[in-house]
Amino acid sequence: MRYIEPHAHMVSRTTDDYLAMVTAGCQAVCEPAFWAGFDRSSVDGFYDYFCQLTEHEPRRAAKFGLPHFAWLCINPKEAEDLKLAQEVIDLIPQFLDRPNVLGIGEIGLNKNSRNELSVFEKHVDLAARHEKLILIHTPHLEDKLKGTKLIVDSLKSDGRINPGRVIIDHVEEHTVELVLEAGFWAGMTLYPESKCTGARAVDMIELYGKERLWMNSACDWGVSVPLAVPRAALEMRQRNHAAGEVDEMIYQNPIRFLSQSGKFKLVG
Amino acid sequence: MTRQKVTDLYFMEARAKLVDLAAFLDRVDRAEGQDDFRIKAFRRALLELQKPESQRAKGVLKALSDPTIKPIDRATTKAAAGAWPDAV
Repeated sequence: MRYIEPHAHMVSRTTDDYLAMVTAGCQAVCEPAFWAGFDRSSVDGFYDYFCQLTEHEPRRAAKFGLPHFAWLCINPKEAEDLKLAQEVIDLIPQFLDRPNVLGIGEIGLNKNSRNELSVFEKHVDLAARHEKLILIHTPHLEDKLKGTKLIVDSLKSDGRINPGRVIIDHVEEHTVELVLEAGFWAGMTLYPESKCTGARAVDMIELYGKERLWMNSACDWGVSVPLAVPRAALEMRQRNHAAGEVDEMIYQNPIRFLSQSGKFKLVG
Repeated sequence: MTRQKVTDLYFMEARAKLVDLAAFLDRVDRAEGQDDFRIKAFRRALLELQKPESQRAKGVLKALSDPTIKPIDRATTKAAAGAWPDAV
């Protein structure tokens, strides 16, 4: 089995996780910028974090022969501090040319506030001006449906945005159609307690097809499973999906989207 | 997949979750106090399971969701509760 992990917060994971992922067939890992679990106190904290994502973590992954890619942003959980958010957005361009940076993400909404929407739209503008891919986080639990609608409406109102260059992540049964019908890519995040189980992800593959769909573990410092993608692949095999179909879902689809960045390259 | 294969693959797991769900509601009912907005939403969402069409997961998720469309003025918390408080 070979697969791409298109969304993982490896700065929060151990070297044992890297070893397990590579052993399971991981060919590349992509790391969106994330909330640290606490609010960073200044833009300097983000400077250090972006250095970690673009310098240190790729070196750490390389020890396991794993290409590491990154996305940059300030997370919507920190969007109520508009001054800090603007400082971070102003900081991002100096990192965009670094060799492992794929685009802007994971931007989006958390509690669906006006400030979050404003900061989201500033990130989208940044991505549009620099012609970068966009990776979007949709809110948790009761806030997901409303947040996904707000995000889709906002993107559709910006004529510069090509939906085929945007992935809207963490879809579930009540949001997946909304995202796919608008022409965006959709990500299914495999979590043990929230978001989506492997079985439900395979349900959605069977209902909506594999086009513009990927699966990720979004493993971070919370309850999450770094091997969730290969486990979901096993679930596909148990449900009579051919090996080629599994490969298309967990390897070829992520490559199809990520290659649009021009920087996404696999070893050998 | 045939219905038999789906049943063979998932019945025991679903059975365990069903018993856990029943035990959870029993535990809530035994406890002192009133249902908060989450339990009220939970009980409403359970009704989705009895609906005949095969959109139950979507129905449960929508029953637990904020149905409004306008952004709120300001986020006062970072966390989600699992159910929409204003539904009560």
